[in-house]
Amino acid sequence: MTTASPAVPARKGATLGWLRRLGTPKLIIIVVVAGVIGYLALVPLYYLIWGTFFDANGFTLGGFARAYGDPRVGGMIGNSLWFAVGAAVLSLVVGTALAYLNVRTDVPFKGLFFAASIIPLIIPGILYTIAWIFLASPDIGLLNKLIEPVFGPGFFDVFTVWGMVWVEGLHLSPIVFLLMVAAFRSMDPSLEESALMSGASRWQVFRRVTVPLTRPAIVAAVLVMVVRSLESFEVPALLGLQNGIYVFTSRIYFVLRTYPPDLAAAGALAVGLLVFAVIGVAISNLVGRSGKTYQTVTGKGFRPRPMELGKWRPVMGGVIVLYFFLTVVGPLLVLLYTSLLKFYQAPSTEAFASMSLDNYRQLFDISDAMTALKNSLALGLGSATLVMVLMAVGAWIVVRSRIPGRQLVDHLSFVPLVIPGLVLGLALSFVYLRSPIPIYGTIFILLIAYCTRYMPYGMRYAVTSMHQISAELEESAQVSGASWWQTFRRVLLPLLSPGLLAGWIYILVVSFRELSSSILLYSPGNEVLSILIFEQYENGQFTVLAALGVVMVLTLAVLVIIAYKLGAKVGLRQD
Amino acid sequence: MLRINNLVKSFDGERRRRRNSPSAPQEARVFAVNDVSFNVENGQLFTLLGPSGCGKTTTLRSIAGLERPDSGTIEVGGRVLFSTKEGKKPLNVPANERGLGMVFQSYAIWPHMSVFDNVAFPLQVKKRGDRLGRKEISERVMRVLETMELANLADRQATKLSGGQQQRLALARALVIEPPLLLLDEPLSNLDAKLRESLRYELKRVQRELGITSVYVTHDQVEALALSNSIAVMRNGNVVQLGRPREIYENPNCRFVAEFIGTSNFLSGNVVSKDGDRYTVNTVDGQIVLDSAANLPMGTDVIVSVRPEAVEVSTTSRQGEVPNEWKGTVLTRAYLGDSLDHVVGVGKHELRTRGNPTTSIEPGTEVYLRMDPAKLVLVPVD
Repeated sequence: MTTASPAVPARKGATLGWLRRLGTPKLIIIVVVAGVIGYLALVPLYYLIWGTFFDANGFTLGGFARAYGDPRVGGMIGNSLWFAVGAAVLSLVVGTALAYLNVRTDVPFKGLFFAASIIPLIIPGILYTIAWIFLASPDIGLLNKLIEPVFGPGFFDVFTVWGMVWVEGLHLSPIVFLLMVAAFRSMDPSLEESALMSGASRWQVFRRVTVPLTRPAIVAAVLVMVVRSLESFEVPALLGLQNGIYVFTSRIYFVLRTYPPDLAAAGALAVGLLVFAVIGVAISNLVGRSGKTYQTVTGKGFRPRPMELGKWRPVMGGVIVLYFFLTVVGPLLVLLYTSLLKFYQAPSTEAFASMSLDNYRQLFDISDAMTALKNSLALGLGSATLVMVLMAVGAWIVVRSRIPGRQLVDHLSFVPLVIPGLVLGLALSFVYLRSPIPIYGTIFILLIAYCTRYMPYGMRYAVTSMHQISAELEESAQVSGASWWQTFRRVLLPLLSPGLLAGWIYILVVSFRELSSSILLYSPGNEVLSILIFEQYENGQFTVLAALGVVMVLTLAVLVIIAYKLGAKVGLRQD
Repeated sequence: MLRINNLVKSFDGERRRRRNSPSAPQEARVFAVNDVSFNVENGQLFTLLGPSGCGKTTTLRSIAGLERPDSGTIEVGGRVLFSTKEGKKPLNVPANERGLGMVFQSYAIWPHMSVFDNVAFPLQVKKRGDRLGRKEISERVMRVLETMELANLADRQATKLSGGQQQRLALARALVIEPPLLLLDEPLSNLDAKLRESLRYELKRVQRELGITSVYVTHDQVEALALSNSIAVMRNGNVVQLGRPREIYENPNCRFVAEFIGTSNFLSGNVVSKDGDRYTVNTVDGQIVLDSAANLPMGTDVIVSVRPEAVEVSTTSRQGEVPNEWKGTVLTRAYLGDSLDHVVGVGKHELRTRGNPTTSIEPGTEVYLRMDPAKLVLVPVD
């Protein structure tokens, strides 16, 4: 039985006790985690600002002058907004409509929805974009070849702003779908049913009750999509640069690739993009907060009665199949098809006759390919694990601890959300070009980049699952005599594990497809898969690239399946 | 056994801790617990009873070490767990070093562990020096599980238990370290009425058999009356009355307690005469005589608390034979199964009566109400 602190009268005793209290594992862990979060969030921003506004002679606006003095800058900003808003609206319309159909109607092929919302997640943006080039390029696009007899050559042109909007919007639509499914599911159907009972028609109910109630979710989704499209690099780089259509990200990349690279001008553009992103996120937060005033979520597990589509059911079924084809089947098939050819060509008997696995065989000969696969795997596993471990503790600080300033940890961990990948890459190169520690040019700079980029997602997963665990479970461990660390390890971690694992899988998948930070940070020998694909596209090696892409998608699929299987074993199966 | 002296805890979050420090001006502080003191004797079940927000849970959590009070002392079995004595270093033993047992409102059973593991946990996390061997832990867990009649479910996943079994598991886990004091935070409030009643007796049996000193928190007066050796009724962070269940029910010391414990009719009036213990009180609708040990001078404003079951309803008058007969009209009646309530209008008052369901009188009927002087309670005006 412990009693009051030993009665040591000397001052020495007090100091020792103080040290002992400071040296508890709890405090050390908390300080280290909070420190790492702060470091990852703030240091790149600091160096970005510093590198943009200061040169050897002190403060300067030269970078801004060079970046924004260009006469084409107006066009660039216009293109950026057109592209971002267009893609956001397209993804919103498609995603919301599909979500409503899925949750609230008796539309057929509901099984396809799941596939259509999960599979695009494991098709990296760069592969998706390239697949659409194969499909709708005016010269070689399969779809163009298909309709050439009717509409003449080059009917579809993916190398335009509309083309960019189409590809980006379709690629983002599964995310909107998932967001809106959650919103529709969490809405109490009795709100709609009471409107029906009041005599409103289905359409009136949708317009006057459903849409206003889900408006916060819709607005939040559209802003998130605008910000994501603004930050998107793959689509503008591959589709836009062809015809000299610049947006912020591709412009930054272009400025950095001209020799000598103008870091200050790139930084100035990055700061501009950052400002746009911050505005978007700020508005969406504001809307999200006001949306909470009419929370419609009730705890009850209800199953709303699906609306009957009647004669529209087959039509909607057709729409679903078309969507599935456009987002999943088309891109994957065209990659698979290309990967089997000797050179890229439209389908014909000769083309099919010439098919072989040569491209896959060639992958083994390219030493880069194996290195890149290994690097991607190591980085994905490493960053997912690091982030989730850090954020498990971070979420505890934010949700459970009563440490003053805990909200700061939360805010800091979300800072990278507004930093576009390309900007982060630039900022990190500013940091570690100056750092005496030899990190620049190694794979570790990529690890730092990934951990920074995916910290917000990890935090969100960890915080959400932390909220779901009743504080009493922790308190009862405490009362049972468990120390902080024992409680954390034996009660919290096992209970958090399903959420942490979900976050881990997500980060593993998205870090595999990461391109926009990596492209500014990799060095020869440290390529990752997405970089290699980008390089091969620029070299025109379409067939090898397609084979690499197929391998990449398969690797991701296997990883995700293993992770889910493991999760089912390790995690809780709560019903 | 348990001694609590001058416990104070003010709320408003940690941010305002400085403003809420004991030296801050009194009016700036919002109190969850305001100067609460009580003692619990060995083997007793002591209940903190009150409406939500009265500070009962905060008091319990302060004993557990889950809340840090602003000032006061908490002592269990002679060991000081919390103290802010003037001129001494403040002492606050962390929750995990207090060695108390606690049953939570949700039971807080760890869903990722089996029944056995849940109970073994408190023994497994003991400091290395005090930790029992694997075999002893297992023996001790099984012994407790047997007491709670859970031994045959030891390997079952803890989430796959019925409500009653979960409660026994939570109790087993709290008792396995043989704590000097057991804390119970509304352990019956999440259950349906039927189960609640049977578990109430179960809880009482276990507590009395093991003779474990317990502090019980509830807002349910029936539960408190049925379980406790003594009750502290709390309101706005203060203990308003402390006593045995019968005292609290039969002699509430203020209107709040009388209202909170059971239902009551209140008749306000003033004392017109006093003869020994027998008082006569004038109300707007007539005189009432009653017995009270209180010593109140003539002319004092008082409230007479009339329990519904202390009122007899009859269609015939016995005027002159018994005191306190009032005439009124039945307004409504409600059949409650084991009893029947009439609401009777008498002048400006409406009185609720409760009686045997065989007596059922049509609304609108003229009736006579008779109130036994021994069953009426004189409550001083707050």
